[in-house]
Amino acid sequence: MDISFDLTVAWAVLLAFAVYIYVVLDGFDLGIGILYPFFPEKEDRDLMMNTVAPVWDGNETWLILGGGGLFAAFPMAYAIIMPAVYPLIIAMLLGLIFRGVAFEFRWRAGKTFSKFFWDWAFIGGSVTAALTQGMILGTLLQGIEVDGRAYGGGWLDWLTPFTLLCGVAVVFGYALLGACWLNWRIEGPMQHKVRVLARILGFATLGFIGAVSLATPFLEPAYFDRWFAWPQILEVSPIPIAVIGLTFWLAKELFDERNDWAPFVITLGLFGLCFLGLGVCMWPYVIPTEVTLWDAASPYKSQLFMFVGAVVLVPVILAYTCYAYWVFRGKMKVGDGYH
Amino acid sequence: MDLSFGLDATLLARIQFGFTVAFHFIFPAFSIGLASYLAVLNGLYLWSRDEAYLRLFRYWIKIFAISFAMGVVSGIVMSYQFGTNWSVFSDLAGPVVGPLMAYEVLTAFFLEAGFLGIMLFGRQKVGDKLHMFACLMVAGGTAVSATWILSVNSWMHTPAGFVMGENGQFLPDDWWAIVFNPSFPYRLWHTLTAAYLTTAFIVGGVGAWHLLKGRLENRGVKIMFSMAMWMAAIVAPLQIVAGHEQGLNTYEYQPTKVLAMEGHFESHDDGIPLILFGIPNQAEQRMDYEISIPRLGGPILEKGLDASMDGLDTVPIDQQPPVAIVFWSFRIMVAIGLAMMGVGLWSLWSRWRGNLYYDTWLHRAALVMGPSGLVAVIAGWITTEVGRQPYVVYGELLTADAVSPLGASAVGASLLAFIVIYFAIFGAGIVYLLKLMRKPPETFERGYESEPGPTRTQGLTPAAVETPDADVQPAE
Ligand code: HDD
Ligand code: HEM
Ligand code: HEM
Repeated sequence: MDISFDLTVAWAVLLAFAVYIYVVLDGFDLGIGILYPFFPEKEDRDLMMNTVAPVWDGNETWLILGGGGLFAAFPMAYAIIMPAVYPLIIAMLLGLIFRGVAFEFRWRAGKTFSKFFWDWAFIGGSVTAALTQGMILGTLLQGIEVDGRAYGGGWLDWLTPFTLLCGVAVVFGYALLGACWLNWRIEGPMQHKVRVLARILGFATLGFIGAVSLATPFLEPAYFDRWFAWPQILEVSPIPIAVIGLTFWLAKELFDERNDWAPFVITLGLFGLCFLGLGVCMWPYVIPTEVTLWDAASPYKSQLFMFVGAVVLVPVILAYTCYAYWVFRGKMKVGDGYH
Repeated sequence: MDLSFGLDATLLARIQFGFTVAFHFIFPAFSIGLASYLAVLNGLYLWSRDEAYLRLFRYWIKIFAISFAMGVVSGIVMSYQFGTNWSVFSDLAGPVVGPLMAYEVLTAFFLEAGFLGIMLFGRQKVGDKLHMFACLMVAGGTAVSATWILSVNSWMHTPAGFVMGENGQFLPDDWWAIVFNPSFPYRLWHTLTAAYLTTAFIVGGVGAWHLLKGRLENRGVKIMFSMAMWMAAIVAPLQIVAGHEQGLNTYEYQPTKVLAMEGHFESHDDGIPLILFGIPNQAEQRMDYEISIPRLGGPILEKGLDASMDGLDTVPIDQQPPVAIVFWSFRIMVAIGLAMMGVGLWSLWSRWRGNLYYDTWLHRAALVMGPSGLVAVIAGWITTEVGRQPYVVYGELLTADAVSPLGASAVGASLLAFIVIYFAIFGAGIVYLLKLMRKPPETFERGYESEPGPTRTQGLTPAAVETPDADVQPAE
């Protein structure tokens, strides 16, 4: 491997980081929408939404950075992937519209019917966004047909059992993140209820991680070799081992009920490991086995221009994002906000 | 099922892009101005401790929150539209425009989003000073966001600072020249003042409505009407100057567009007429029913009374933009600009006579003009964008060559979904906005924090003990 500093690799790492931050941050607030059906009471729903109201917009901005960064650093990949998953992207965007406006509209709706409608817009939008994001990931893993510098397949190629599996897996994963977030931010009987949900969702999510991990190596011989060829297996085996370790820890914390923050943080770790695993599969491709990072890279001048800014700005962004979370920290109770 | 409506994929993609971006722009046009207005109100309150300003801040921030949310969700759609509908454009122009848009995310979107929560919910948690800082960051963020995206858009009109790669990609050569391309300063100035004017007229319209309802005892209503009318009187003339300057710049770099705006099919060699009205007949390459003032067109383009000019007859017909759309949308914008200036002057006169709050005809006019900024802004963009056709990167890349390899049905189906959902969702949002505007700002207007709405977390910071209105003066 080339050890000297390669801007293209740096961009790949930075983008992976942005997508990871997106997945865990918007993951928990989409998760709250996914969990809404389990909490039919209006006060409970208000409370759940209030735990994320000050931060959801910032969370979603990481998605724009992911898309915008791909456009800027790997324009050819962006130009191939977007048409390949066209209906999924459109559905995701529409889902995000429904849930995004629900944050404001829910409080403005007068009649019972419109209140009910915006609650379901929030639920439906959240589930759709999670499902389509998982399916987009699945499509990328199962392979995209490339023709020259453009997408070469049909407009429904993305629809397979594997992508559906990935979609459902992400819905469960986000619900788990949401439950762990609520476990941290609320108290009383409702906290008890989310913790029970988190236990169930934890098991389900692990099941899905297992299923997707087992299916993936059989999609492409290249993936199989990554995971099972000797001596590489020594390098990659810590990932599944760490997943098992974190699982036990998560279960312990969820049953011990001692540190309310712990399940959330452990779940972030689990997602991080899944991300590493994904990286192992995809490296060095952006579109597996068709387009490498370097094929798709924009010229050095473009990457450099942005990199200078990103190195300065990303830490600043992280700092004020942390500050905003810090301002709105602490447990919330039902009725908070009704002076 | 055939969802192409008999149109080809390129045209459908253009309609889809135009539709989604026009819808998107309605919200930023309003919230760029409103964010600054809120920062000013908050500053005035902190400086004077006059309750009326706090009341107005609390009144408008609820409206801002809704408009901003709609701007955000429709904006996320835009950032993916480049890839979904214009993938060839993305691949070829990505190296140049991608980094500028990435900078927009890094410098503007995060800033707005990061401080929005504090601006909306955080006054008692962080104290007045930091809250004011958050207001300024949000206002600044919206302006920075406009700056980057307008640089991108201007580059597509007046591309500069690039070299052509062998695979047809635009490769960056000089970033300074790319960002500060020739039409960018003009477009930035004209668009930002457009946003301020749009907001001024909406605020003024709301104020006028309450004045017409006889709410003269409400100081909040008077203040907002008066502030809006000052903006109209000062900024509307500036906007016309800005538009004129931009027109001259466009004439230099995209003369065909200006010919279409002004309806000049014919060349002139002794004096250019100013065409006021007419029906562009592009097939026959002439204006029907033309009404024009002889020779006045020259001075408008800063030429002499006997100047000469090549008309559209020197441009091959397949290089011309659709003249009628450009011609009419331009006239709508200019008419609104002149009407805005008229309202501004009228308000000065009423004010001078001490009649500002009692001049019902002025209030009626201001009410009617309330949404006019939005119309002008959309008309202006249609002029600009349609006038660039048939190119997407002017003179370099044809729109027809930039489109994604998608079937017409796929684009048609998503277009249909966008139209239905946008009208339903944003229609509902506009109803909620109007409901809020229909109520006057009350004394001790409930703040966003104490609304039965999204709320602050019960925190550990002790600042929360002070009651929201503890240190305000009695009203009136
Ligand atoms: C409140 C909104 C508003 C108002 C009152 C006006 N404009 Fe405007 N105009 C815009 C909002 C706008 C805009 C939305 O901001 C545009 C679209 C793209 C752009 O750069 O600015 C625009 C574009 C635009 C263009 C096209 C530039 C190009 O394509 O490069 C010209 C020549 C003018 N304007 C000129 C005028 C004149 C002479 C006006 C007054 C008499 C006027 N505008 C009023
Ligand atoms: C926000 C205000 C804007 C409005 C209302 C607007 C409006 C439009 C309209 C009506 C069209 C269709 C023109 C036609 O096909 O005849 C169009 C096309 C387009 N515009 Fe804009 N535009 C806006 C801003 C932008 C910006 C900021 C960019 C670039 C960053 C941009 C890039 C494009 C592109 C790529 C197309 C498609 C190609 C084309 O048909 O010209 N637009 N826009
Ligand atoms: C095709 C062009 C455009 C794209 C791709 C685009 C993209 C976006 C995105 C992704 C957001 C959401 C940001 C967030 O999460 O906070 C957004 C919001 C915003 N955009 Fe656009 N935008 C376009 C055109 C414009 C134009 C022409 C302007 C102004 C001149 C503008 C000004 C804003 C502002 C001020 C916001 C903040 C939200 C609001 O004020 O309502 N955008 N845009």
